[in-house]
Amino acid sequence: MLFSAHKLSCIRSHKTLFQDVSFELSPGQLLLVEGKNGAGKTSLLKLLSGLRRPDSGEVKWNQVNILQAESDFRTYLAWLGHQNPLKEDQSALENLTMLGHIRPRNQVSMIEALKTLQLGHVKHKFVKTFSAGMKRRLSLASLLIAETPLWILDEPQAALDKTGITLFETLAEQHLKQGGMIVMTSHHSVNIAPKYIQTLTLGHD
Amino acid sequence: MNIIIKWYYRLGAPLWFYPLAGKLIPWVTALFLLFLIPGLYMGLVTAPADYQQGESFRIMYVHVPAAWMSMLVYFAMAIAAVVALVWRVRMAEIMIISSVPIGASFALIALLTGAFWGKPMWGAWWVWDARLTSELILLFIYLGILALYNAFEDKKTAGKAMSILTLVGVVNLPIIHYSVVWWNTLHQAATVTAFDKPSIHIDMLIPLLLMATAFKFLFLLVLLLKMRANLIEQDIHSGWVKKIIQDKQKLEENNHV
Amino acid sequence: MNTFLTLIKRDLVLAYRGRGEAFNSLIFFGLVILLFPIGISASEKLLSEIAPGLIWIAALLATMLSLDNLFKEDFQDGTLEQWAVSQHSLISFAWARLFSHWVITSVPLIIIAPLFALSLSLPTDAIGVLIVSLLLGTPLLTFIGGIGVALTTGLKKSSMLLPLLVLPFYIPVLIFGASAVDVAADGWSASGQLYILAGLFVLGITLAPFAVATSLKVSVSQ
Repeated sequence: MLFSAHKLSCIRSHKTLFQDVSFELSPGQLLLVEGKNGAGKTSLLKLLSGLRRPDSGEVKWNQVNILQAESDFRTYLAWLGHQNPLKEDQSALENLTMLGHIRPRNQVSMIEALKTLQLGHVKHKFVKTFSAGMKRRLSLASLLIAETPLWILDEPQAALDKTGITLFETLAEQHLKQGGMIVMTSHHSVNIAPKYIQTLTLGHD
Repeated sequence: MNIIIKWYYRLGAPLWFYPLAGKLIPWVTALFLLFLIPGLYMGLVTAPADYQQGESFRIMYVHVPAAWMSMLVYFAMAIAAVVALVWRVRMAEIMIISSVPIGASFALIALLTGAFWGKPMWGAWWVWDARLTSELILLFIYLGILALYNAFEDKKTAGKAMSILTLVGVVNLPIIHYSVVWWNTLHQAATVTAFDKPSIHIDMLIPLLLMATAFKFLFLLVLLLKMRANLIEQDIHSGWVKKIIQDKQKLEENNHV
Repeated sequence: MNTFLTLIKRDLVLAYRGRGEAFNSLIFFGLVILLFPIGISASEKLLSEIAPGLIWIAALLATMLSLDNLFKEDFQDGTLEQWAVSQHSLISFAWARLFSHWVITSVPLIIIAPLFALSLSLPTDAIGVLIVSLLLGTPLLTFIGGIGVALTTGLKKSSMLLPLLVLPFYIPVLIFGASAVDVAADGWSASGQLYILAGLFVLGITLAPFAVATSLKVSVSQ
């Protein structure tokens, strides 16, 4: 499995956010996208997940352009943006069930996933009673039940406290050890063994 | 085949299109006037007065071509919408947004001239005739497309949304037209549409065709002007626009010297 | 298929748990119909004559306005993104959402409509036709309106844009729907109009989801 980008560029409102961005990602690797606010990190991630077309360049999964591969790429992808894709009027378990249907499902039970993210005790509580950190953890729990080697995460650690951040790092490292790949943006540093990490910095000026 | 591909890429690139359109404009203007002047003269002066409607029927020479154009423009937009969505050609999107006000204007002219025609004939400024009602709905569809485009800040997204709406419209237009015609038959009673095409005499037909052709060139003329204007407006920050401004400034400096 | 049904079930559960928002369009429907006898001070005879068109216009407006936020919540909380990025087609997502919305919003309206019809002195013969015409027409209004909603989902302030886009396309449905009830009230057969409505129904239900899915992709890519 190979996830690669070739000379990507993105133009928004007449400004070139970035150009000539390329990288290659193999199983067990994490690509950390850094840069100041407004440098285009989210836009890059949207190009990588296929939500937006690049203004030039290509994103490839196993050497096939992801926009042509369509489902052949998307079955391997789990995306998490800034928002938490949760319905407030449903419980944690109900939300997880829905998210479990959207992505391909693995063998991990939902209860187990909730417990790993320390949400086991609130599985039947409505999400509207959750704190921001809990909501983020619930979104992360949905990654655990998905059979998707590639994770593209935009600020996964946002709103998490120290415990939450450590939880995330543990999960990420485990995913990488199992041969998964991660692309993520972050304002924090990521405490994982450096051997896993590639860094990409946007907006050098 | 190579020529076609060459022209396809030329028309698709702003850098080529802008000066090319600029060169075409005087020619199209000439063609427009070439057909307009005889058309108007024959239509307003030499064509025989209608034995039923007298002189007021002459407004047909503006009303009918305007109505035809309002529909032709829409179909041209629909074709451009397919090109824009399938092949992602930006110039096609520029063509659509440039055409919308033109098509809307033709529809408005058709409606107003229809009203001016109707008043002396039937004593009413407006009749809920099938054609006029369809024309009014078409005007609203044009205005809706314009409103949608303007609501988006990002012009790339705006162009795509506008293309989708245009295509939805082109599928719906025949349905709308025939349902309005059907609806109209419910209320027809004694009203005979003034806008029915009578078996038309050749002396009336020629000026009509001249005017129709003139209006096609008018569309082309205004389209070229608007596309150039829209291109400049959208690309105001880009290199090619700056170069054109620089060239113009140099030209002016040379003229003053 | 499973995902499709899960999504419908989710929407129904959310509507049930919601704060009664689904009823707002029903109340609006009633209010519009109420306004006419008040505004026109019409005789019973006049009311019964305009009743077919009036009920249809009220149903049309209520349906259209209820659609306004159909995809907005999914867009804002990121659910729409998840569907756009998933292996599933946005077409089945669109279908499921539109169908759930129809069940939640239009079905109660169809049930209540006969009551309002009676209040407007619509002959009872026509009420059966009214129900059938609404059964065929309201899904059409929902699906066609869905295209307009999908196009305007990404916009920050939609301010009356949806009606502008969608009302012209509602006109054929209104023409045949109102006419069906009209002729039935006069004692004639409405089968012609109903067949045409059925034809439009099939056309709209099959084609609209493609346009909705394409429009959603455009909205999500912003």
